[in-house]
Amino acid sequence: MAEAKEPNPEFTRKVVEAGGKTVNLCFQCGTCTGSCPSGRQTAFRVRKVVRRAQLGFEEDVLPSDDLWLCTTCYTCYERCPRGVEIVDIIMALRNMAVRKGYMAEPHRKVAELISKTGHLVSLRDEDKALRKKLGLLETPPTVFSDPKALEEVKKISALCGFDKLVTGGK
Amino acid sequence: MTKYAFFLGCIMPLRYPGIESSTRQVLESLGVELEDMKGASCCPAPGVMRSFDQMYWMSVGARNLAIAERMGMDILTICNGCFDTLFEVAHKLNHDPELRKKVNKILKDATGMEYNGTVNVRHFVELIYKDIGVEAVRAKAKGGKNLKAAVHYGCHFLKPSNIKKIDDAERPHVFDDIVEAAGMTSVPYKDKGTCCGAGGGVRARTPDVALKMTKENLDNMKAAGAEVIVDCCPFCHLQYDVGQMQLKEYHTPVLHLSQLLGLAFGMDKEKLGLEVHQTKVNL
Ligand code: SF4
Ligand code: SF4
Repeated sequence: MAEAKEPNPEFTRKVVEAGGKTVNLCFQCGTCTGSCPSGRQTAFRVRKVVRRAQLGFEEDVLPSDDLWLCTTCYTCYERCPRGVEIVDIIMALRNMAVRKGYMAEPHRKVAELISKTGHLVSLRDEDKALRKKLGLLETPPTVFSDPKALEEVKKISALCGFDKLVTGGK
Repeated sequence: MTKYAFFLGCIMPLRYPGIESSTRQVLESLGVELEDMKGASCCPAPGVMRSFDQMYWMSVGARNLAIAERMGMDILTICNGCFDTLFEVAHKLNHDPELRKKVNKILKDATGMEYNGTVNVRHFVELIYKDIGVEAVRAKAKGGKNLKAAVHYGCHFLKPSNIKKIDDAERPHVFDDIVEAAGMTSVPYKDKGTCCGAGGGVRARTPDVALKMTKENLDNMKAAGAEVIVDCCPFCHLQYDVGQMQLKEYHTPVLHLSQLLGLAFGMDKEKLGLEVHQTKVNL
């Protein structure tokens, strides 16, 4: 059996500051877990994630794969009888996890793509051909056709330190 | 004619451009004019990108909002993900002056623009329901086939409902009403409001888990006798379209509402881009 751990209010405070301001309202009823489509397919129990955040069990929550099984569907958020903004808590925890270097390789690739191109999906020759056939501009009128606009998005990335996150993740 | 800044996002223009051409044609025929948002980027995606860094997510989102503001127009999107990001970022910036200052500082340094909070963000489905009306759809939908449709609302069109305030998140009807006005029958099915499985970075990181959620929805749709799946989000669209191909034993055609309306309005099928769908559409 795991040893009883001391709560760490310092970490809980960080979660609150990062956007999880309702974390202390949770009374562990489990409505969230019972509503969760991801928990129906996996061992992910969102109630436990909220509990760990509430008690400040940083080492249990930040490295855990569970944190990444939420689809952000908001069903739990809608149904929580205490108004716990569960998705905001998960987002706050994920942001902290990423800062600590916990970023899965497929996610790092996605982040790299947006960092470099301003989009999450690539523009291939076949996409251009189909767009043309449908009577659309071959290259969408977005950052794809405007290098200056792309520079702006890249600058935002640098100002937020997002570019470093993408290259520095574990 | 009402004019909107048309926000393209990523999946629609690059993987399902048929949704883009359908949207342009359908809205034109309903008296809505669209103008391109030159230099816009990814929204950025509310699940995956917001998970990485919320300041970056908000700042890039604010840049997209500022582009529409400069055009003097409200934004129209046909994607639940883009809708969620742009709507939520606008909401946060409107309600938190300190945050707006911080984000505008980044935005100004990077682009010279600031966002002043004047843009409304509209979703295709609610724009049609509220501003155009189901009767206008019914009047145009002479070619609509009466098929049993499994309407998939997805997550971020209605939720979080405390800020979106479009419809009851547990028992919505706005999307079903439009699909029925286009001549189809919206069938009830088990757990209808459930996520397609793809969101939140789950599809990218653990595609098998995403697909299990998709399969459960597909089984529920099948049990209700659905002949077509109708979505209002290119990411859900992709998940159902590609997901069925991966799962093999499912073959229900998937249409974005814009494509469904294109068919019902008698538009040129060639221009709806249905041939790129992985799950064959023979309608
Ligand atoms: S539904 Fe709300 S109060 Fe109940 S366990 Fe989940 S977060 Fe806590
Ligand atoms: S938002 Fe996440 S944790 Fe909540 S029900 Fe949906 S998948 Fe589960």
